[in-house]
Amino acid sequence: MANVPEDLHYSKDHEWVRVDGDQAIIGITDYAQNSLGDVVYVELPKAGEEFGANEPFGSVESVKAVSEVFTPIAGTVVKINEALADEPEIVNSDPYGQGWMIRVKMSNPGEVDSLLTAAEYEDFTKAEAE
Amino acid sequence: MVDFGGWDMPVQYPAGTIEEHLRTRAHAGLFDVSHMGEIEVRGRDAIAFVNRLTSNDVAKLADGQAQYTALTTHTGTVVDDLLVYRIAGDHLLLVVNAGTTEKDWEWIESNHTGEMVQLKNVSADYCQLALQGPDAESILRKLTEVPIQDIRYYTFRPGSVDGVRAVISRTGYTGEDGFEIYAPAARAEKLWNQILDAGNTGSPTGVLPCGLAARNTLRLEAGLALYGHEIDETTTLLEANLGWICKLDKGDFIGRDALARQKEEGVKRKLVGFEMTGRGIARDDHEVVIGGQRLGKVTSGSPAPFLKKNIGFAYAPVEFAAVGQEIQIDVRGRLVDAQIVKTPFYKRAK
Repeated sequence: MANVPEDLHYSKDHEWVRVDGDQAIIGITDYAQNSLGDVVYVELPKAGEEFGANEPFGSVESVKAVSEVFTPIAGTVVKINEALADEPEIVNSDPYGQGWMIRVKMSNPGEVDSLLTAAEYEDFTKAEAE
Repeated sequence: MVDFGGWDMPVQYPAGTIEEHLRTRAHAGLFDVSHMGEIEVRGRDAIAFVNRLTSNDVAKLADGQAQYTALTTHTGTVVDDLLVYRIAGDHLLLVVNAGTTEKDWEWIESNHTGEMVQLKNVSADYCQLALQGPDAESILRKLTEVPIQDIRYYTFRPGSVDGVRAVISRTGYTGEDGFEIYAPAARAEKLWNQILDAGNTGSPTGVLPCGLAARNTLRLEAGLALYGHEIDETTTLLEANLGWICKLDKGDFIGRDALARQKEEGVKRKLVGFEMTGRGIARDDHEVVIGGQRLGKVTSGSPAPFLKKNIGFAYAPVEFAAVGQEIQIDVRGRLVDAQIVKTPFYKRAK
């Protein structure tokens, strides 16, 4: 069973959002990393880039496939996880911790309330797996 | 699971593609390739008939030998690539790709004219398991009385594998030593489990079941063409560097004249291997950019788990196809540097 931490917000594209004041940290879920398999490459934007909600901000590649990753909420990138350039496999081993992808300054902090809760996301992945 | 030519095939098993790939290089991997098609050709003219349809020289085979070859079109392009097994002078088995079995069958039948042969599509009768890797021989030895150390590369012997009647062939698609085992389809599961047991599956050095993704990365590192990617009905054997299976002086065969002409005139484009020198992974169908011009396409692109590089095959104009040529790959709108390198990318130590 995939790990779904209680304190995060989730998107139907399998990203998670951790709110930190007016900023948010974004990564992909345990369910997503497990479906992808071994992550071998992560492409991230540069600090300063601006994204609307549900826009692709980068991609995650396994041996077999490329998947885009989307911003669940609008914001401006303040920091990216540089460590993923050399150790993309952290996305597999620690998707909610060291495997985070970008930190954004939220354009509209209220937007997180439109995302899925942990319980809702868990139901969503169960339905998707069936 | 994915649909692969109508077969439900696992892309990977729980260990994951990278581990499956590395285990096959270091120890052993087991692949269920029962989806491959088998077509039997029996009769007095079996050799002459298959020789007229394929580019390599079937007449060179002795009983118990196998050969890599291609069914060619009249323009020298590829209907399919295949293995021909000579069971006897009047009995050949053609092992073809899954997705092309129907097409191959129609092509072979429609080109059957005067020869004394009977054709039979026996694909559903056989399972095929490929046991590949340096430990393949020691694992298989536990399960059979057949002196498999005497089965040389590209030869085969009938025999029984732990009570299952089989044909043991020293062939493969991974760049490693190994065997492809053909057995009655109904015994596939038993054979699969017995090989895994004999190979200590579950131990860190034991045999691992491997899926389609590892089969693809292994064959790519080993520089082997995949039908539908490097070769198809738009690419000639010479363009695909398969001149070594074009025996132009063996007598007439379908596509011979076109291939002879192309050999004389020289090919205009060529299949090349490349390695990414910039950060990025080339994927199938990405465009090749040379000197700012879009001049070719990637036929297979992937990370190479053993080499720890990102590699691929592409077609490039022959004037830009030399080893060392700097090229770029358009990776979803971003031009990433790459360089043409020698193939095979990986060659096992003897």
